[in-house]
Amino acid sequence: MAFKVNREGDVVVVDVDGQLIVGNRQELKQRVLDEVEEGERKFLVDFSRTGYIDSSGLGVLVSLSKKIREQGGELRLASLNEDLRTLFELTKLDTLFRISDTREEGLEGF
Amino acid sequence: MDRELVFELPNDLRCIEEAVEFVVARCATCRAASAKLRFNFRVSLTEALANAMIYGNGRDPDKRVRVEIALAGHHLEARITDQGRGFDPTSLPDPTTPGNLLDPGGRGIFLMRKLMDDVRFNEQGNAVTLVLRLPAAAEMRREASA
Repeated sequence: MAFKVNREGDVVVVDVDGQLIVGNRQELKQRVLDEVEEGERKFLVDFSRTGYIDSSGLGVLVSLSKKIREQGGELRLASLNEDLRTLFELTKLDTLFRISDTREEGLEGF
Repeated sequence: MDRELVFELPNDLRCIEEAVEFVVARCATCRAASAKLRFNFRVSLTEALANAMIYGNGRDPDKRVRVEIALAGHHLEARITDQGRGFDPTSLPDPTTPGNLLDPGGRGIFLMRKLMDDVRFNEQGNAVTLVLRLPAAAEMRREASA
């Protein structure tokens, strides 16, 4: 897994390339937490280049979302393919996150 | 069994992604079968290996995880065995209830059960068998049987 961090206005956009799984989730978590520490509050994770996510990857997103909300911010998700969306629906995590079909939709009104 | 693949992994989470790709790459699939293998099986095998390494083997780097893959026609089985004492798979909380939704853990076995056609544990609880019934013919590449 590789990820890229960019800024679109005041939103930190994270592109996940590859798998977000137990062996690499800490990398993503630490990078986002570093941004939170620096005062960033709006995050969008773009999954358009993501193969699959396991329960550890889901867990990291849950834990980051909780942390960011505690700081008055929000973590949004975008560009999930059908399989990834199914994971969020099965686990009911689709009720926890704002999930947009595209990156542009996710950035709207942030 | 038409084809079998057996190997052991060190108890290292960094090995999981490569091991999963190794197994999936050795399943020559038709188009209809590929979606379940590409996603459902990859996620479930990742979960089973992670559970074996973290909870079964307790992250002990001296322990190993055994992987046995068997493909017979449209029936794919993956048995993952750790060297731990086992656990009771019937006593797991539902991760989708409101009280558990914000918990970062506890979704692994739940996902396996949702994504695979069958998930069976041995009596001791240190081996799990994932079963996937593929919708069309699939066979292990012959070179993988070595």
